[in-house]
Amino acid sequence: MAEKVLMKGNEALAEAAVRVGCRFYAGYPITPQTEIIEYLSWRMPEVGGTVYQAESELSGINMIIGAAAAGGRVLTTSSGPGFSLYQEGISLLAAYDFPAIIIDVMRVGSGPGDIRQGQGDYWQITRGGGNGDYRTFVLAPNSVQESVDLIKHGYEIAEKWRCPVIIASDATIGQTMEPVVLPEFEEHDPKKHDSWRVRGNPTLEGKDQHLLANVFMAMDWVDNGSYFEYYLDKCKKMEEAEQMWESYMVEDADIVLVAYGCSSRIARETVELAREEGLKLGLIRPITLWPFPNKAFEEAKAAKAFCTVEINILGQMVDDVRLAIHDRVPVDTVGDFWGVPDPDRIIAKAKELLGL
Amino acid sequence: MIEIRFAGFGGQGILTTGMICATAGMDLGKNVTWYPSYGSQMRGGTANCSVKFDDKAIASPFLRNVDILCAMNTPSVDSFMGELKPGAVMFVDSGVVPEDYPVRDDIKVVRVPVNAIASNCGNPRGANLVMLGAMAANTDIFTVEEIKAAVEKYFKKKGIDNPKNLDCLQEGANC
Amino acid sequence: MPDIRLPKSLPEPGLWCQGCGHGIVSRLIMEVLEELGVAEKAIIVEDVACGAMGMYTIDSFWGSHGRTIPAAIGIKSINPDAIVFAKPGDGAAYSIGVAELVHAALRGNNITVIVINNTIYGMTGGQMAPTTLPGAWSATSPQGKDADKYGVLDVFKLIGELNCAYLARGELYDIPAINKTKEMIRKAFQNQIDGKGFSMVEILSPCPTNFHMTPQEAKEYIHTEATKYFPLGVRCDKE
Repeated sequence: MAEKVLMKGNEALAEAAVRVGCRFYAGYPITPQTEIIEYLSWRMPEVGGTVYQAESELSGINMIIGAAAAGGRVLTTSSGPGFSLYQEGISLLAAYDFPAIIIDVMRVGSGPGDIRQGQGDYWQITRGGGNGDYRTFVLAPNSVQESVDLIKHGYEIAEKWRCPVIIASDATIGQTMEPVVLPEFEEHDPKKHDSWRVRGNPTLEGKDQHLLANVFMAMDWVDNGSYFEYYLDKCKKMEEAEQMWESYMVEDADIVLVAYGCSSRIARETVELAREEGLKLGLIRPITLWPFPNKAFEEAKAAKAFCTVEINILGQMVDDVRLAIHDRVPVDTVGDFWGVPDPDRIIAKAKELLGL
Repeated sequence: MIEIRFAGFGGQGILTTGMICATAGMDLGKNVTWYPSYGSQMRGGTANCSVKFDDKAIASPFLRNVDILCAMNTPSVDSFMGELKPGAVMFVDSGVVPEDYPVRDDIKVVRVPVNAIASNCGNPRGANLVMLGAMAANTDIFTVEEIKAAVEKYFKKKGIDNPKNLDCLQEGANC
Repeated sequence: MPDIRLPKSLPEPGLWCQGCGHGIVSRLIMEVLEELGVAEKAIIVEDVACGAMGMYTIDSFWGSHGRTIPAAIGIKSINPDAIVFAKPGDGAAYSIGVAELVHAALRGNNITVIVINNTIYGMTGGQMAPTTLPGAWSATSPQGKDADKYGVLDVFKLIGELNCAYLARGELYDIPAINKTKEMIRKAFQNQIDGKGFSMVEILSPCPTNFHMTPQEAKEYIHTEATKYFPLGVRCDKE
């Protein structure tokens, strides 16, 4: 087995990207993701890659858009306030069918918020915060090891489906150090995408031109109805094929907690503590926030109620859980704003939901 | 599960101490997590980090029942003594925490003059290592030899070779 | 329609209004690329607006409004052998994308930028630009542009002291002027081939439709009025 190293989540994300062939990064400093740009600032030159500390997130995302158009494996990263600025570019990436990874190391609050851990970006990362209607994959690691694994998986599905991938980390997962096994080095050749990337038209004949624009323009200038069918079908297939989740003691659970990222770690501890006192709690941990793992909920047959555990005020994931279970039983939430939800509070909420 | 909090002023090597401790745990084949307080507190402010060891997978990286507190100043005692579980061990810098400073009576307190020892070793910035040595000697989470190996590994990776670091550890373990 | 001999990479004239300068500029660019022998590895990054209506056959990427320069930098980074250029208008380059322009000039990125400055927002129907002349009518300065409130932006003053390998301004008034502008474009691409760094040409271009002028009036207006605020010539030329 490969050697384990102790690494911070943020640095592990950066190293994993380098190892799976990312050679272009552009971003802007913002806590709590700054370790990524700092790490890549010395690491990328070692492997012949390029890093730009861009003048803004807007410039950063458009640099990676260009690099993606040229066929590269590309990365940009931010936290909530900067991620909002990426939305214009993410909308374009989706409209153009470009593969790319965008990481959001979430912090707390709207506006500038604060640098402590948060999960308030669920809506803006799962609903598509940019203009138009589109979907992007959203992967939510809950450990340093999974951060690394999802970078590799992320590039694979981004290229398989030609769809941008958002990795939703958070301040806790990004700052935590854990032992991790890093992926083997692999090369990415932009020529792999010669069928569509801009590379220079070798004949100057119109039929050989690669014109990268909204896909509906490139595929059919006359009848955009074909794009309607194409994109709807693509999204349905992505939704069916790419759901990922982890279930923990769900089958006989009276109350099933639903949590991702940092709060899923607390939720898991809560399940263990509750089971010790005879309270049957379980946990569904979505690893893909989009597509939301609806299939995971089929197993939760005994559940009398569901409860999301999130670091936000409004329980942003509640809607998705309600849809997943067709409002069969109640769905509630335990949230926090200035800290993380405490196991005792989660257990109290579970008892309340059970009428105990 | 073992839960450890390291706390002190920024610049005292608090985060580094935690990392060395976590490295030692990893090398013993345990699951470990290290989680810092981070943000606007740079040099001179307060700093703390939490380390967890377990043979099982560690769910939350946040502390809940703290076994060990290494407090390098009195504000750290004030902030974190309350989260210790009964029977826990608190290591304090006896150079800054007075002998008559009020402490809980259900915990064990180990007083180490870490700064004085570090200065005597000719390594005044090694107070945190003195504390680690004392921790190794007074608890059973790892031996002095194991923490020495972790210190060597950690500093070697950083390209630092200072034999006085190990002196600090040993002197800490001796007291 | 007279028989027009077009470059191979521009098999059809564009879709622009009568008297617009975009068609001339497109042709000049494609002629230069073919004459330099790099058209087959040229990649254009087009902005959103009138400039994007050229019927080129070179590989094209349509960027976001004002963000063509960073996109060009990204493409060039992955594909350093390509000849990459952005072609924003004055609104894109000097208003919404001004930060991207300034920092590309500051870093000296080895790309070419051709800015068409027609002193107005064309595609959206004639709104005021940072380059609209004082007192000039536009749809959003119906009483004439209040220069005390908005000013007039001359890119020579904005980035002339930064790190441009080449910065020049031409016009399209008559054949000699067009030929001079073509040489500027040639230099801006030759620099990229030679790896010299950020090279940009701004081209003053009439927009008769939005000036509410005849093509001849618009041409005269640009030639006599706009050049008072936007001096022609070479501002930077690093050896």
